[in-house]
Amino acid sequence: MSRYFVDRVSRRVVYIFGVVAFLILVFIAIFILKESLPALKELGIVNILFGAKWYPSKDTFGILTMLAGSVVTTLLALAIAMPLALGCAIFLAEVAPPHIRNIVRPAVELLVGIPSVVYGLVGMLILCPVIARLSGTGSGSSVLAAAVVLAIMVLPTITSISEDSLRAVPARYKEGAFALGATHWQTIHHVLLPAARRGITAAVILGTGKAIGETMAMVMVIGNSPIFPASIFRPARTLTGNIAVEMASATGIHESALFTTGLVLFILVLLINSIGLLAYRRRA
Amino acid sequence: MINLSPKFTQKLAWSSIWTAGVASVLILLFIIGYVLTKGLSAISPEFLFTAPEGGLSGEGGISSCIVATLWLILITMAILIPLGIGAAIYLAEYAPDNKFSRLIRYSVELLAGVPSIVFGLFGFAIFVLALHFNYSILAGALTLVCLLLPFLMRSAEEAMKAVPQYQREAALALGATKWQTVVHVILPAAMPGIITGITLCVGGVVAESACLYVTMGGSAAMPTSFLSGGRTLAVHVFYLAMETNALDKALATGAVLIILILILNFITRWLSQHFQAKMSGGI
Amino acid sequence: MDPKIQTKELGFYYGKVQALRKVTLDVKEHQITALIGPSGCGKSTFLRTLNRMNDIIPNTHLEGEVLLDGLNIYEPEIDVVEVRKRVGMVFQQPNPFPKSIFENVIFGPRMLGLNHLTSLDEVVERSLKAAALWDEVKDNLGKSGLALSGGQQQRLCLARVLAVEPEVILMDEPCSALDPLATLKIEELMQELKQSYTIVIVTHNMQQAARVSDWTGFFLLGELVEYNKTSEIFSRPKDKRTEDYITGRFG
Repeated sequence: MSRYFVDRVSRRVVYIFGVVAFLILVFIAIFILKESLPALKELGIVNILFGAKWYPSKDTFGILTMLAGSVVTTLLALAIAMPLALGCAIFLAEVAPPHIRNIVRPAVELLVGIPSVVYGLVGMLILCPVIARLSGTGSGSSVLAAAVVLAIMVLPTITSISEDSLRAVPARYKEGAFALGATHWQTIHHVLLPAARRGITAAVILGTGKAIGETMAMVMVIGNSPIFPASIFRPARTLTGNIAVEMASATGIHESALFTTGLVLFILVLLINSIGLLAYRRRA
Repeated sequence: MINLSPKFTQKLAWSSIWTAGVASVLILLFIIGYVLTKGLSAISPEFLFTAPEGGLSGEGGISSCIVATLWLILITMAILIPLGIGAAIYLAEYAPDNKFSRLIRYSVELLAGVPSIVFGLFGFAIFVLALHFNYSILAGALTLVCLLLPFLMRSAEEAMKAVPQYQREAALALGATKWQTVVHVILPAAMPGIITGITLCVGGVVAESACLYVTMGGSAAMPTSFLSGGRTLAVHVFYLAMETNALDKALATGAVLIILILILNFITRWLSQHFQAKMSGGI
Repeated sequence: MDPKIQTKELGFYYGKVQALRKVTLDVKEHQITALIGPSGCGKSTFLRTLNRMNDIIPNTHLEGEVLLDGLNIYEPEIDVVEVRKRVGMVFQQPNPFPKSIFENVIFGPRMLGLNHLTSLDEVVERSLKAAALWDEVKDNLGKSGLALSGGQQQRLCLARVLAVEPEVILMDEPCSALDPLATLKIEELMQELKQSYTIVIVTHNMQQAARVSDWTGFFLLGELVEYNKTSEIFSRPKDKRTEDYITGRFG
């Protein structure tokens, strides 16, 4: 086999491999849409999206409660995670001495690697009992428990992208503020944070995308009742949890309705992440 | 509105920021510490080498889960490594700067954000149903390949792009073909980054649960081939926690998971340092 | 004697920016041709068209012809890899691979499919000797090429080119990153190498061009202003701009 032949063949092979990621994305869209069609046809998109009742035994499949569950949990998680993540990002980018940074950054990165089920387990065993005592009722499986777990899970995403954006601010801005007699915090507050604003926005949006897709840990701590999240101390169900909890037992139109849940989730996440990626690219 | 002196706000801000930084480490230590202290005591050779009884009992060990996890790592990586590196080679070395390449790059980024459970649905529809692999390790592995591909592609592409242009020019000027340049110059130089990406993906296989929960069936029996169903360690933790009262076993399995993740993390760090020393000419 | 390389009306563009204008020049065999001119005059671009190194830069195009032994190397049926095998190149920054000295020298022959270990040893010794590096490294062939000094690295890069047995060696400011002693060593080497090879060198340094070359071409703003025997150029430049440049009035 001549090396020219190898060169030509491998050029084509890597081209085909390169296109695979694109094809997977297209196939996901096609297959999930295809499996959703029976439910969409039979029930109609409006009834599914805006139906507040999910009774598989009566062939009633409205996902509005789950949509609300996902959104509320995610927003609450972001509210908890934001101060911590931003503080952590500023700490890593501006404040920490190198030897401390070399401990904190790997620790934050390691948080990404910890399995979702471990977060769920720790949440079940520690957080839920505490919340049960606080609220005085139930097992503690609740929106609050889910939001706290989720906050820890999105912490690394928001921290690392925010840190990147803070580091991307040109040094001359900082020097300019210092030269005018600003304290380090004033410089961060009035110069660095405004300059990194787009990047931090992107971090929050991409964190949102990640939060809304989280599944197993949510199923373990949120209680999974398909009801509106009326109180943060009560259970709810997320879109992701809806699929995970019922997939094994579902057939026919019920299964199709779960695919529709997945379709809604897929579109939602694509939208959120497209905006996040756009914001990230325009951060400079 | 109280007017605070700059000196005071500086102090206040600094203590808050330090708190945030230290808190993140404490959270990590707490989670790891809790699972290890509660779980390690239940780990014994017997626990590791007997199969779980399945069903609602939660009794037994985790041998079949270890085997299923190893099978899954093996099959996933066997497909993922050539595919991911090949695709990264295309993007880093061959892709012209045009709309089509941008479309591919954009899909990779979007794909990286798609939730695991959506990959699970996709894997269920295509591998379990359409291709008749049923609930199996193979279906789970193929689903994971789709899930992890964007991560491996990105880390491998970044590593290749970091190889200086003059290395490419030197090889081409010596009469190497483009492919020879890739294989003999770019891949070796990018190896530390690629290996880091691969180890992270192995960690992803170990940690992943949602998409496997709907593609591998969750049988507690010992897998006999890659067409058997099965449950990985992570999925086993979920079953134990949700369907049984064996929370001690769930914690023990969680501890095994944490140890695996920590080991992979250390391997990654060690390898990248080792390679860096080698590349900078010391050896 | 026929020229080894001839360019005819050679033009080169980065996007819409023209970097070379109608350059016509003959490179004589077994001679050293120096290309001089201020930064950005196109001399390096010109050099890189001679082994089609500019092919790898996106959004560029070329017009005119480059003939190697009378054959246009830009004809569609010509294999670019063959061209680069015949026309080797040494770059401005020494750029050994992060491999051992042995592996660096043997890289080219390996790519050509030579794999017999005994002959590889010979090739390494011959090439390193020709590059005047053998005595300094013969006991340490397993050492990383990056562990050598700058001057040694550049001679290693030269040895690496010689191992491919090219006909022409292009040198793109090979001494600009080196100290005077290392520079002197490379210049001496060039005089020996021209017995067997044709050399084209781009240099910033007019004294170097005057010292080492037989022919000199002066580039300005993408044009070849003057091309002649080195002795002529430096003693009786015909063009006013050449005279201004070599007497140090600009550049």
